[in-house]
Amino acid sequence: MIFARHKTRSRMAYKPAGASPVQRASMRYSLRRWSVEHARFLEKIYTLFADMLLALHWLWSLIGYRRIERPMLFLERNIKGLMFDCRMCGQCILSQTGMSCPMNCPKALRNGPCGGVRAGGNCEIETDMPCVWTEAWRGAQQMQGGDSILAVQKPVDQSLKNTSAWLRATAQRAAQNAVKAGIKA
Amino acid sequence: MNPAVDVEDFSIVPPGHTSRGRLERVLRRGDFAVTAELNPPDSADPDRVFEQAEPFEGWVDGINATDGPGANCHMSSAGICALLTRVGYAPVMQITCRDRNRIAIQGDVLGAAAMGVSNILCLTGDGVQAGDQPGAKPVFDLDCMSLLETIRIMRDEGRFLSGRRITEAPKLFLGAAINPFAPPFEFRPLRLKKKIEAGAQFVQSQYCFDVPMMKAYMSRIVDMGLDEKCFILVGVGPLASAKAARWIMANVPGIHIPDAVIARLEGAKNQKREGRRICAEIIREVRQIKGVAGVHLMAYRQEELVAQIVEESGVLAGRKPWKKEPQPGDQALIEAAAEKARILRKAVTQDKEGKS
Repeated sequence: MIFARHKTRSRMAYKPAGASPVQRASMRYSLRRWSVEHARFLEKIYTLFADMLLALHWLWSLIGYRRIERPMLFLERNIKGLMFDCRMCGQCILSQTGMSCPMNCPKALRNGPCGGVRAGGNCEIETDMPCVWTEAWRGAQQMQGGDSILAVQKPVDQSLKNTSAWLRATAQRAAQNAVKAGIKA
Repeated sequence: MNPAVDVEDFSIVPPGHTSRGRLERVLRRGDFAVTAELNPPDSADPDRVFEQAEPFEGWVDGINATDGPGANCHMSSAGICALLTRVGYAPVMQITCRDRNRIAIQGDVLGAAAMGVSNILCLTGDGVQAGDQPGAKPVFDLDCMSLLETIRIMRDEGRFLSGRRITEAPKLFLGAAINPFAPPFEFRPLRLKKKIEAGAQFVQSQYCFDVPMMKAYMSRIVDMGLDEKCFILVGVGPLASAKAARWIMANVPGIHIPDAVIARLEGAKNQKREGRRICAEIIREVRQIKGVAGVHLMAYRQEELVAQIVEESGVLAGRKPWKKEPQPGDQALIEAAAEKARILRKAVTQDKEGKS
């Protein structure tokens, strides 16, 4: 909490293309913000989509989850990349974070906003970017399962980075259903 | 309560406590606690640490050792704590998630506990961009919440995050940070609730210059019953001048200084003295807020003012926190405290025998 800042901080003369804060803002944040704005709608779509993937579990098993991983990964990366600026952590919690991807937080916070959120609700580090957690809070207000934002999230399993969260969730749900069916029978 | 010199038995964990430390005892017996932040040296000389700690002696119940504050490189918090415990100070070791992954952090926790650290404050930490080495790799393997949970699991279940057993679990009092002064305001109390669920037993807040805002936050905390599950220490500090206050407002995100405070500093003949007065006043005011268990003084580069501010605020009410060498007149109090320690030790032994 000490606020020492050194005036002697070196500044690079050359800035790579696309590294200007204004440019980044116009390029990327617009769709991400739309997704938060429509969190309720996306929540419904997502639930339907997850059920569809689960219904096709027989197909994935037939082809083999291993074989389907790469095409699915391609789809997931591009769709979620476009909609949420997804970082492919491989353990998606969008439904619990108001459809705002927490991995876009420069501190990778998965459990709520840090203390540095600026008065206008922007990030302390990426000053032109709205804090992903003020956005998450906004999105969660609209969602039916919005309260799940209060759940304490476990640390990210870094070994799952760049794997399909969709397939993993589907396989896990299928396994859970199998166990449940086993208990009933 | 009688003013007591702090010479209790610190080799045991009293019933209802989770650490051997002094800070937890002060808070649990209902005394208004005072902690202060130590300015970490840019030096390998242990005496620099002791010099920094000296002005706090006899005035604070815990000394925070920061972990690369503002993402600037200084002596490590583990190193500072190891030095402080040698003398007998009660350090609060700050751990941030910025520089170390879960393997390093869990190792540090065991090391610190072995060195006699009883209090750990779990933070996410500033982004590397804020500091003097913005090219560093930001780690953030854990966040403050999963860090709290990790250490709680180590302490309560005696195992690492992986599930592997720890032969002797660390006895710790776990803390976290809160900032009631940054948006989204409706989320802030809920976030404290989350931190308590994850393992926070005490929290230290960001600088409080806006007492009404703190009151509003605390009334929600009290409504939610969180003040009964967690000790809340309000962060305070003296502003050196109106210019410094403006600089902080412009450059340090998350700190809110009302215009009235800046105007008051500006109008004063001696701005530094006025800053000290304002700080003591804020302490007195937050002392009155229901649910506030203490204050955390962050007097960056004005550490020498801490004693004066605490005295001026009168929050210790005659209580004398630990100091290296008790005064001659304290002999009777020492004996009384030693007697208390004997009774406590007996209670613990009986408690243990009862369990086994």
